[in-house]
Formats: sequence, C-alpha cells, structure tokens
Amino acid sequence: MGKFSRLGNELYNGRRSIDFVHKRPLWYSISGGIVLAALLVVIFNGFNFGVEFTGGTEVRVSGLTSSQATQSTADDLRQAIVDAGIPGAEEPTVNTSGDSGMSIQTEDLTQANDQRLVDVITSVVDVADPAKQISPSDIGASWGRQVAQRAIVGVCVFLVLVMFFIGLYFREWKMSVAAFAALFHDIVITMGVYSLSGFSVTPSAVTGLLAILGFSLYDTVVVFDKVRENTHNLRESRTTYAAAANLAVNQTLARSINTGIVALIPIGAILYVSAVQLGASSLKDLALSQFVGMAAGVFSSVWVAPRILVHLKSNESDVKMAEKREKARARAEADRYASVPTFREDMPVVETPRELDLDDLDDDQVELEVEHAERRRASDTTATRLGQGRVAPPARGPVRESGASGRQQPTRQPRSQRGKKP
Amino acid sequence: MARKTRKPGRTLGVFFLALAIAYGLVAVGASWKPELGLDLQGGTRITLVAEGSPSRDALNEAKSIIDQRVNGSGVTEAEVTTQGNNLIVVEIPGKNRADLVETVQRTAQLRFRLVACTESAACGAAAASTTTPTAPTAPGVAPRAPVGFGKADTTPSPTATPTGAGTPTDTATDGTTPSTSPTATGTAKPDTKSSSFDAAVDFMNNPPADWAQKFNDYTCPTNAAPIDDDPAQPLVSCSPEGEKYLMSPAIIEGRDITDASYGIPQNDVQYAVMLDFNGHGRSIFADATGTIAGTGQLFAIVMDGQVISAATASSRIATGAQITGNFTQEQAKSLSTSLKFGSLPVKFKKDTSSEVVGPTLAGDQLSAGLWAGAFGLILVMIYCLLYYRGLGIVVLSSLSFAAAWTYALVLLLSKTAGFTLTLPGIAGLIIAVGITADSFIIFFERIRDEMREGKSMRVAVETGWVRAKRTRIAASFVSLLSAAILYIFATGVVKGFGFALGLSTLIDLAVLFWFTKPLVSWFARFRFFNGGGKLSGLSPETLGTDMPVAVGGKA
Repeated sequence: MGKFSRLGNELYNGRRSIDFVHKRPLWYSISGGIVLAALLVVIFNGFNFGVEFTGGTEVRVSGLTSSQATQSTADDLRQAIVDAGIPGAEEPTVNTSGDSGMSIQTEDLTQANDQRLVDVITSVVDVADPAKQISPSDIGASWGRQVAQRAIVGVCVFLVLVMFFIGLYFREWKMSVAAFAALFHDIVITMGVYSLSGFSVTPSAVTGLLAILGFSLYDTVVVFDKVRENTHNLRESRTTYAAAANLAVNQTLARSINTGIVALIPIGAILYVSAVQLGASSLKDLALSQFVGMAAGVFSSVWVAPRILVHLKSNESDVKMAEKREKARARAEADRYASVPTFREDMPVVETPRELDLDDLDDDQVELEVEHAERRRASDTTATRLGQGRVAPPARGPVRESGASGRQQPTRQPRSQRGKKP
Repeated sequence: MARKTRKPGRTLGVFFLALAIAYGLVAVGASWKPELGLDLQGGTRITLVAEGSPSRDALNEAKSIIDQRVNGSGVTEAEVTTQGNNLIVVEIPGKNRADLVETVQRTAQLRFRLVACTESAACGAAAASTTTPTAPTAPGVAPRAPVGFGKADTTPSPTATPTGAGTPTDTATDGTTPSTSPTATGTAKPDTKSSSFDAAVDFMNNPPADWAQKFNDYTCPTNAAPIDDDPAQPLVSCSPEGEKYLMSPAIIEGRDITDASYGIPQNDVQYAVMLDFNGHGRSIFADATGTIAGTGQLFAIVMDGQVISAATASSRIATGAQITGNFTQEQAKSLSTSLKFGSLPVKFKKDTSSEVVGPTLAGDQLSAGLWAGAFGLILVMIYCLLYYRGLGIVVLSSLSFAAAWTYALVLLLSKTAGFTLTLPGIAGLIIAVGITADSFIIFFERIRDEMREGKSMRVAVETGWVRAKRTRIAASFVSLLSAAILYIFATGVVKGFGFALGLSTLIDLAVLFWFTKPLVSWFARFRFFNGGGKLSGLSPETLGTDMPVAVGGKA
C-alpha cells in the first residue's frame, strides 16, 4: 500500500508520469486494431439471438399431478434439458403454469429434436399420454421489430442529448467527440467479446449493453472534468495542453483504478457464479456484457479518450501557441545566457530597440521577440534604477496561488523592528 | 469557510429522520418484501384467442397495442407474445392480476355517432317527417362538452345475441378492421369528410324507414355478447341502462383521438375521461355540436358497439370532449388507457383463460446471483477498508445507508407505482454499487490531493468537496439521462433496469450530499482522522508525501 500511495503522490505532482496522450500512431493502431477485430468478429461470427428475438417453440405439458407441477420439478426439468444438449434447447426457459402444467420455451427445434425434447420431458415427469398432454406450438418474438425500433430511437435521443450536455458543460465540443469515440470503442469491444462467447442474445444482454452507454460516458466525464480543470488556463500554468491533460489523467489514475476494481468485483463475482457454476442462466448474459463493457469503459476513459482529445485540440491556435511557448522556454532553459551579447569594442551601451517587422516573422518568432523585448525593457528600467535602492527582480510570470490557503503568512521584520508592537 | 458546512450534525440528523420516515411509511402502507418480477416470482398468464383468422400484421399490431396498454403506465414489466396464428399471450407479474383481462382484451373501438331516435323520442314520426325531433333532456354543456348519463359501465359487458331479424349483425362484415373499411370519417379529404358528415346529419334528421323498423323491433339484450359495429353503417344499440338508440354512421373514429386522460374535472365529484382530437376529429366534432346545438338532438359515444354516453350540446364546441359517468378511478384509468393506445385491430373470443405461472428463472439462480453479489460487496468493502483505512468506515456506512434507502424506496414504489424487481433490475442495483462507490472515491482522492498540497484535513475536506461535487453532479447527470431515456423509450425489462439505475443514482447523490459529506466533515474534527495517524488513511505515508500532515490548533 505504501508504494502504491507514493506512486499516487508522484503521479499527482507530476514527478512520475505515464504517457497517456502521445505516441498516437502506436496506440491508435492498437486500439483501432482491437476495435476492427471486434467488428470483424461481430460481422462474421454474428450473434446467437435468443427466443425473445427470434421466436421459437413452446412446449406445454398439461395434466400433471399437483405434486409434480412444482417449482423444484421445473428446475429439475430445466437441468435435464440442459444436460441433454439438444441443439436449440441449450438454454430453455421452464416454468410451471397453473396447478397442473409446465411450459418449456426453446428456440426453433427440428422434428427430430422435438422428439428428443419430448423424451427428456417424459423421463423427468410422469406423462400418461404424451401425444395428448404434450403440445408444442410456435411462439412469436416478444422483442420484435417495434421494440427494437423504439430502443434505437431511445439510444439516438440519448446520444444526441449527452453530446449536447458534454459540449455545453465543458464548453468544448471536441470533448463530446472524444467521449463518443471512446464510447464506440467500448460498445464494439463488448459486442465482439459477446459474439465470441457464443452466449445467446437475450433482453438481459441488451440491457447490459445499454447500461454501458451510460457508464462509459460517465467515466469519461469524470476524467475530462479533471482535464478541463488542469487546462483551464494554459498561459497561467505555463504548460502545454498535452502536458496538462496528461497530468490530469495521471492524477485521476488512482481514482480510475479504484473505481474499476470496485465496480468490477461484484459483477465479476456474479459472472463467475452464473457462467461457471450455474451454466444456463440469463444472469450470465447480463454479467458478461456488463463486465466487458465496464472494463473497456474504464480503460478507454484513461487510454483512448484523452489521446483523441489532445489530438483534436492539437490544431487549435491557443494550444499551438502554448506548445511554442513551452518550446521557447525549454530553449531558454537550456542556455540561459544565450541572449547576452558577446562584448565588442564598439558595442552601444544601450541597445536601440529594433523595429519589429511582424510580417516577416511567423508566430513563433513573434512570440519570442515579444518576450525578448519585454525582458530588455525590464532590464532597461533596472539599469536606470541601479544604485537607487533595492531592486525587485522582474516577475517571471503571473503570480500563482501560494498554497497558503489564505492564511496570514509570517513576514520577516527588520532587526530593529523585531519584538515591538506595531 | 462557509458557515453552513460547519453544522454537519444537523444535516445528519435530517438524513436519519428522513430515512426513519421512509421506513415508517413502509411499515404503515407496504409489505416488507418487494414485488418480484415475472422471472423471479412468476405471475398471471392471460391467453387471448383471436376470432377468425387475423393476418400476422394485425396480430402483431394488436400485440404491440396490448403491450403499450399493460406497460404504458408504470413499471410492471409485463411480457406480451404472439403464439401460433391466433393467440396472444400476456404475462403479468403478480398472482392475482386477472383483473387486467378487461384492459388487455378490450378492443376499444370508440366511435362518435349522431342519434336519430331514442325511446323517448319516437322515430317513426321522425322518419316520416323532416321536422327536427324535439328531443329529450340533456345535461348542461360545459366548455369541454361533458356528455353523460347515469352509469356508464366501462366494460363492454352487455350486448347481445341479437334478437330478431333486423339486427345490425348482417351488415357488418369487416367491422373488425376499421382501417380498411370505407368509414364515414375514414379519410381526411375535406370533400369526403363533409359528404359523409352530411350523410350522417341527413340520417339523423330523416332515418330511413327500414332502420326505424329495425329500431322498433330491437330489444336490449340482457346477456353479454359482442355487437358488430360497422362504422359505415347505422347502428342500433343500447346503453348499459337499457335505453336503446338508433344512430347514424360513425362521424368520428377512435383514431382521431390524439390523447386521453382521466381525472376529476373542476366543479365535479366524479371521474371523467377527457379526449383530445386531431385536426380532423376536432373540426367534425365542432360541426356536429354546431349542428345539434339548440335542437336538443343527441350525439352518442359508442364503445365496442355499446353506447357509453349520449348528450347534446348548447353551442358549437371546438375543443375536446369529455366522457362522464359513474366511473370509479380504476374504470376511468382503464378506459383512458385503452383509448390512448388505440383500438385493437383484432377481436378476441370472450373466454380468455388466465392462469398462474411460475418463475422462469430457477430458484437456485436467484439465490446464487444474490450470494455472488453479496460476496462481491464484501470484497469491495474489504478493499475500501484496506485502501482508505479509517475513511473506509465512511464508505461502509454510506453504502449501507444507500442500500437501506434503496430497499425502502423499492418497497414503497412497488406499493404505489407497481414497480417490480426483475433480474435486470437487481443487476442494475448491483452495478450502481460501482457508481455509488465511485462518488466516495472521487471525494476521497480529492481530499488526498488537497492534503498533498500541504492543506490540513479540515481544509482539504471543504476544498476537495467543492471540486468533487462539480465532477459528481456532471457525471451523475449523464447517468440519470441514460436511465431516463431507457425508461421512456424501452419496454419490459429494460424499462425496469432504467428505473432501477435512475433510482440508485438519485439515492447516491442524496447519500453523498446529506450523509457522506457531513460525516467526513464531522470526522475531520477528531484527532484520529486529522492527526495523520496510520489508521486514518490520511497519514503522510498513505499520502505518499514526506512532509508531515498539517495539524493542530488552527489547521
């Protein structure tokens, strides 16, 4: 814990930093590759839609004795059908109906499999006359086209609203775009993994996927809020957008990891129990889509969204200027005395201010020239005041928050004043 | 420092009081066990058998209308499926929901017709002469055209094995599919509209002799059987009181109704159902009321062949209509729901079967899922205690109180709004654990960040809170938005999931603002937490800094 905490502190103050925003070609191709692979899986592997979407067969068993038409018999029957492994009936829904009946819902069955199912049923419950008491019938999809249409409309409305909300809240539409790219990443990966798992698509799975919409955006908003806070005033904080954004992601990293762990543990437990121990259960559909989606959501909010945001922002003039200022600062830092002219005999005592020809210079040079001119002017005034008392050094930048939290700070009094009441 | 944040005790007190009140309400009004959904508890299965052989499209349309009717209000998460060629199966959570059979199977074909003859205004004479029948008593007319009479049973219960040869049955061949039949008001084209309306007015003033004869021969039936109601034909039918009417072809049809609601109008004591028309319906209704205004003639509202209301108007009414009668709240609600979501294109046989069905999810699955969730929660708690040490207590208590609130609200909502807890709903609540815990994590990480800058805990709590609060509200808004959209647009289980998600997000915000924050502020007064001790979770070591934590007098 101690090491982790120390890492947390170093991530916070920027002494140690993981690069979340650069190396775009590398990480774009990795993320893009994963998304593409997931897309290919979805396209070629497809989904195994459940009874709710495709319709199927319902087999009704009637005329059972009341001791047989119980929940425990229904559970036994379900297990027996699962164990029989009839194609199309791997995940049956079995429930009691009325006092003397049982109904079994499966996907569409072929004639032969129908017979196998009937055999399984008769082996579990006592049926005197299978032809009369067991009656299969086709059932339609409870999640037909209309439900799907409504859901799609809902999702579209949601996406548009959230896009506007993020754009308005952060005053930055590029954050919406980055958040949506991350969302797309999460959804596609979730769908790909789901398709690979071969679980059938049930309403539970769709629910899980829809919940990911909210969670992915939620997580990105939390990270972006910190990014916005750090990049709020680039000029004042004397840093570049990329550096500030990267610091923000590093500062929220501890939170992202913690949230990921806390959110994934319960779902992981459910996923393990339902998929590994229970086998056929609609619980595992939900748990799988949730687990994959949440993991992808946490990952993309740290790894994908900030990188795209910085990429999108990199063309803005403010950001470019900050970038150039940073470069200039680095250059100045490398050789502090580069601007001091070497002495020549005929050197003028005071340098005449050169006329700046703005048209000839690009932004970079203008910036540098202005900075130099300011520095010269400052040194001029210093020179004229030399010998007239104490000279305050020129300010290196705007005054920053002191970290004193507004408390009064002790001041150093002249020796003659110490110990006396003011 | 803001003064109000210095009184954490009061906020905590109010929080506990509210929780106590919530549980008090539960103890008074609701049961201690939440209503479980179809998959967990089972419910009632209603099987509707269509008459004749409807097309697949008609059956699917009927399915979706029934779906809207049963799921339209509330979060009961009923399931509707078609089965075979002529069956619609509705499964509703709860053991004793056979009362919903009415709502489900009512075809709800509502039509407005002009009344040519009633028993009190003999129409043999009217048929012979063109004089306007001096017509019976009629209720007063309010701006919304209340139309009413004694008792209007909302069920299409009466009606008739038709007696006599002259019953309308022989005329109605395609009455079940009003969308295809050339109705009086079927098209929006102004010329046909006016001509069919004129024909209806003409019929009202001069009922043909053969229809007058049918009317005279007709006696109100006493047993229940559906009446065939062809909108293009005149109709002889009765009100539940047994008064018979001869009516013109339909002038306004159910699909001209854009909205239906129910409530108790001002200056009234009984429930009424309010109707709003689309442009077409409104103009016809205005014309109709304008035509009969002052003459004492009547128009009738016919529902599934039965006259549920007949009234006159004193002036031209260009707004909506209002159906009054001896409705109970349930009846008014059922009627308005049926009208709002449209009429069924399919008629169903009278004998519907309803039976109790068991849960579709095995009992061991639910308990296994719950155990897994509980196990996961315990792991989360252990992790929080290890990571945040003393502050972990805050996480534990906040999660417990969030759980307590959730349980109370689920109980209350299953009582008042018919909320049922399904498996996805439970999963939504478990997922919310992650989001709820995240709000504490954001807050604590902020506090730690502030302390890394050298602030004392007391200061860090307040400054960290300001920033964490903003992040939290923005993020929760996104969650709430997704929950609301899921709730509005989705059906069935997804609706329940959206509801659970929204509920838990709101609870999370409430617990964060009114419990966690005051609790941390209060803890910050104690040496144990603000002293930078090892167990506080805020020691220099856990913060990862080398400088000592600022403590003491004014810190």
